[in-house]
Amino acid sequence: MTETAVCPVLHERDHPLQPPVGFPEAVGDGPVKMLWPNGVEAWIVSSYAGVRQVLSDARFSTRKGGQPEMRTDEGETVLDPDQPGNINGIDGAEHMRLRRPLSRGFMVKRMNELRPRIQQIVDEHLDVMEAKGAPADLVTSLCLPLPSLVIAELLGVPPEHQELFQATAGDLFGKNGSKDEYLAHATKLAEVLAPIVAEKKAAGTNDDMIGLMANDTDFSMDELIFLCIGLLAAGHETTSNFLGLFTLHLFEKPDQLEILRRDPSRADVMVEELMRYTVGQLGGAGLTRRATEDVEVDGVLIKAGDWVSVSLIANLDEELCPRAEELDLERDAVSHLGFGFGPHQCLGANLARAELQIGLRSLFERFPNLRPAVPVTEMDYRDDMITYGAAEIPVVW
Amino acid sequence: MTVRIDQTKCIGSGQCVLAAPDVFDQSDDDGLGLVLVPEPSAELLPGVRDAVDRCPAQVVSLEE
Repeated sequence: MTETAVCPVLHERDHPLQPPVGFPEAVGDGPVKMLWPNGVEAWIVSSYAGVRQVLSDARFSTRKGGQPEMRTDEGETVLDPDQPGNINGIDGAEHMRLRRPLSRGFMVKRMNELRPRIQQIVDEHLDVMEAKGAPADLVTSLCLPLPSLVIAELLGVPPEHQELFQATAGDLFGKNGSKDEYLAHATKLAEVLAPIVAEKKAAGTNDDMIGLMANDTDFSMDELIFLCIGLLAAGHETTSNFLGLFTLHLFEKPDQLEILRRDPSRADVMVEELMRYTVGQLGGAGLTRRATEDVEVDGVLIKAGDWVSVSLIANLDEELCPRAEELDLERDAVSHLGFGFGPHQCLGANLARAELQIGLRSLFERFPNLRPAVPVTEMDYRDDMITYGAAEIPVVW
Repeated sequence: MTVRIDQTKCIGSGQCVLAAPDVFDQSDDDGLGLVLVPEPSAELLPGVRDAVDRCPAQVVSLEE
């Protein structure tokens, strides 16, 4: 019997926008079993078809069943596996019960109704950035405030609670703190949210996400609060990081940036390609499942009880599109895995799309000569294995 | 050519609406996918096939 390969340390990258050193070679084409730094063995699936299969086949469960969480670092698991409202740790009918009412709040038409407001928030932030003058930090000027303001409005946080809400949410998601710090900030945020939920319940409204959850569902208070925190977490840093990473990829590929500058009206399609490519290049293996039965994936037998992690490096698989390793903004949108796949696919994907499309287009329309003030490779990057992005993006125009 | 959505497994992601807005919608009541045009004309079929491919819950089907 051969010894299980040790997973290459995922944090080491030769270039901040390229996959971790040794990772593409180590995962190859097919499921490989690796030993992770916290001692758990897990398969990594990295083909386009394999990732789609694992993420959509009900025999792969998101329930961790009290088993040690497979992690890419030695940190402890923060979340109680039985936390009420943990939508990413339940399957089947239980998951549908929580997911469906939320889906209604993220419907395509609702997101389209939100577009003018997103545009307004983007324009206001670009106005401030322009007025202050170069150099500016793109992260604090646009990338971070945009999604947090939008998600607060979508949730329906009343204006008088906004400041405290933003500050508390920033404390919770802004830093990689210890488990105790995380729990303290989560408790504080729950305290901020509780009276807001009570107000919505009293008013009986369902025209925002908190109202919808409070009045149109059978969610318990614990579920509701945790779902709010989850939505906030999911909407806070991911979109922010991607808006930054998209910009950085374009800085590094002037020919592609020129395509966007030439025809910003195609930003919607270009965002799909940037999402495909950026997520593929991150190459992380963060989405984990557990087989509940023996299942064959890409010709390899994965046994009941085995851990499986999917790598979204699958977005660079030629099976998805020709020249998949190249960023090509002239490409039509393809069925990429940038938002995941299966019943747990990113709930806020359509919101993220709207923010990224409007943000990216407006940024380069306002500042056609936008460029990095320091080399992209010399910027600071934050990597806590859930999110990855530039901590600061100094720009001039 | 008949388009169907298995609503028992639909998660309301709206990917079908993005792929073929003339053929699909989402219900105002529950956000689940709706087929507006069950027998789409030939020019709508590429969008429908895209919807079949993109649907994260794999519940959109096109029976030829």
